[in-house]
Amino acid sequence: MEVVNSIKFTMPSLSVNESAARAVVSSFLIQTDPTVEELSDIRTAVSEAVTNAVVHAYRGTSGMIELTVKLLRDREIYIRVKDRGCGIPDISQAMEPLFTTAPEEERSGLGFSVMQSFMDKLSVRSAEGKGTTVTMRKRLAPNGN
Amino acid sequence: MKVDISSDRGAAVAVLSGEIDHHNAKSVREELDRYIIAAQPRSLAIDMGRITFMDSSGIGLIMGRSKLMKECGGILEVRNPQPYIRRVLKLSGIERIVKVN
Repeated sequence: MEVVNSIKFTMPSLSVNESAARAVVSSFLIQTDPTVEELSDIRTAVSEAVTNAVVHAYRGTSGMIELTVKLLRDREIYIRVKDRGCGIPDISQAMEPLFTTAPEEERSGLGFSVMQSFMDKLSVRSAEGKGTTVTMRKRLAPNGN
Repeated sequence: MKVDISSDRGAAVAVLSGEIDHHNAKSVREELDRYIIAAQPRSLAIDMGRITFMDSSGIGLIMGRSKLMKECGGILEVRNPQPYIRRVLKLSGIERIVKVN
């Protein structure tokens, strides 16, 4: 993994930080001159991952969420969202479209589906009681300039 | 996040402005539900033309209001989503349940 540039942003699991995480990613990606669609795809995927950490990882408690964004060689964007929350007991089930543990809060169960379809690659590592790390990658189209 | 509701002979339009995420969805949900329960409109159109961002929290918001409108004998529709919002709507399959114009 040849890293051209990277940032790390750490925030408490407050829902107001969902938009802060999106803003951080948008600012970092300006240097790549992404298309409107690429930027919107990545922002949406990051929003889903951070929201999962806020809503599920630290349910009834609070903790820190770490967002890492890297620009790799050949215009590939690497995103990692890491928490030290409750972990996911069954990752395959959590990734099923429309599966949610919080229907009363109107969570649609589409977070992972959005991440999967808006990014090229998605991986989820989780250990119960230890936390979850979501890693995503997306290669941007060659720059026209 | 801003909500403007107007109504003409039982047909209501709610114009939403700003970003719909998990943080913002709660206040919008409360405001729309208060209106639906009090006014019992026969139709409610959620106008998304001024929404600048929406993740899957918006899908939960639309589904929930659609259900409440149905319970109150009315119908919900979604208007003017920008292309990037339309992609989230499409992915969710919500267009099978709620009319999107």
